[in-house]
Amino acid sequence: MEYTLVPLCEYAITVRFASCIDETVNDIVHRTAVQLQAAQKEGIMEIVPAFSSLTVYYDPLVAGNYADVCTWLRENIGSSGQDARRSTRTTVIPVCYGGEFGPDLADVARFHGMTEDEVVALHSAGRYRVYMIGFSPGFSYLGGLSPRLATPRRTVPRTMVPAGSVGIAGGQTGVYPLATPGGWQLIGRTPLKLFDPHREEPSLLSAGDIVQFRPIGVEEFACLERGT
Amino acid sequence: MIDVMDGGFFTTVQDGGRSGYRHAGVPVGGAMDAWAYRLANALVGNEGDEAVLEATMAGPTLRFYVETVIAVCGGDFPCTLNGRPLPLWKPEIVRPGDILKIGVCRAGWRAYIAVSGGIAVPPVMGSRSTYVPARLGGLSGRPLQPGDALPTGAVCRHRVAKPLRWGLARSASRYIGGKTKMVRAVPGPEYCEFTPESCGQFFAARYEVTPQSDRIGYRLFGPALALGREREMVSEAVVFGTVQVPASGQPIVLMADSQTTGGYPRIAQVAAADLPVLAQARPGDCIQFQPIAPEEAARLYIEQQQRLGRWIAAIRRQWGENSEND
Repeated sequence: MEYTLVPLCEYAITVRFASCIDETVNDIVHRTAVQLQAAQKEGIMEIVPAFSSLTVYYDPLVAGNYADVCTWLRENIGSSGQDARRSTRTTVIPVCYGGEFGPDLADVARFHGMTEDEVVALHSAGRYRVYMIGFSPGFSYLGGLSPRLATPRRTVPRTMVPAGSVGIAGGQTGVYPLATPGGWQLIGRTPLKLFDPHREEPSLLSAGDIVQFRPIGVEEFACLERGT
Repeated sequence: MIDVMDGGFFTTVQDGGRSGYRHAGVPVGGAMDAWAYRLANALVGNEGDEAVLEATMAGPTLRFYVETVIAVCGGDFPCTLNGRPLPLWKPEIVRPGDILKIGVCRAGWRAYIAVSGGIAVPPVMGSRSTYVPARLGGLSGRPLQPGDALPTGAVCRHRVAKPLRWGLARSASRYIGGKTKMVRAVPGPEYCEFTPESCGQFFAARYEVTPQSDRIGYRLFGPALALGREREMVSEAVVFGTVQVPASGQPIVLMADSQTTGGYPRIAQVAAADLPVLAQARPGDCIQFQPIAPEEAARLYIEQQQRLGRWIAAIRRQWGENSEND
């Protein structure tokens, strides 16, 4: 696939395949990231995928200047590894829907003229794809929400949303990794820690992963929470 | 150990930053003014990336329980050690019971208080830097409060053996001060999507630093900037120094604690070499952006790293002479 190299700053170059949110493009982004990781070059610090681009961070005192890194990128993008296998790890996230954990579930159901159970069934039936991680530590942009569940954000954002809250905002769904203010419609909560700075890999999810939600009850939530 | 008697306005533990975790959405963070940070560390004989305290606007009051070497670099903060004026950009021996008081900044905005051996809070994800929004690193991920106790790393005996009668020349701190800051910047990835008037204005007008400015970003105020044609942006990478323009048309410069991705059009990227200048800008100061080519920014960055390397080498020589004459 065609791409452009965009200098971001003295130590980063963005490889842009497109400017859209699209599964096929995102797939190419992740394949390319895997390919570049494998290619290895001294002074390349990090390769970070986004929706339809990825950014390569380098040390200009080690990896060379912009032109040098561009040359390395052109040599290693797409050539041999268009078929590079990326991980299609599936992570199942247990969610206790509704009640105190999902205070907006009733509103979301009412908005769509469904019962709460129908919303839960539809949300937990989806296979979601982690397009990218960004915005805040461990925050995953998930693609694949059923259009039938798309719900506008709350008119007044909450000053504090508990960590693990599962929400819907427009056509997106996601999990708050940390307690932060937020305006998403909260339909449930997971006891899993989406972000834990003391884990070797602090973010539970990685870009390119597949996510599924599994409905659980309050008791299981309590058990899992104690276990984590 | 150091006892925090007064935390000051906003004092956090910072080091060179938490790199390697952008893929997990974790900002790099670290010292806002890398120039002052590195020199402060070198002045106390540290190897490089040790954690220091970053004070903002009004500094902390600290009581030392160790014999060690300290140095304060950065903005023009009035400092006293046991009530006697303490010069900045200079190593100084402190003894148990000594009280370091850092007042309200007269020029610049941030100061770095380095201690021989570093501030030894436990590292989180490879860094001791405090990232307040996620409560990561530093002291419980928050600014210093009265009553906090700061652990310090081991001090080499010879460092505190005899008086230190040297410091850095004024030229090390020349970038600090002045109401209007000249900041060089490269046109950003979406620069051409702004109207020609906006592009011209961005580099011609002065933008004021508003009080809504912190370690995450500086909100600027000046002539509004507009895109030629509105379009839906898809989030891409942003870094320290990225100037993005939200719908209000007022630019925001992302700083050390900025998030890793952003969805606003990026009109410019501040030259990395001028980030220390920006880090020392205070609310009310004006920023005058000067356009430069990306190659120029890259050259300035490497030159600055080399200049910093020469300063640090000179400091190490001083420390060498200090111990030789024992």
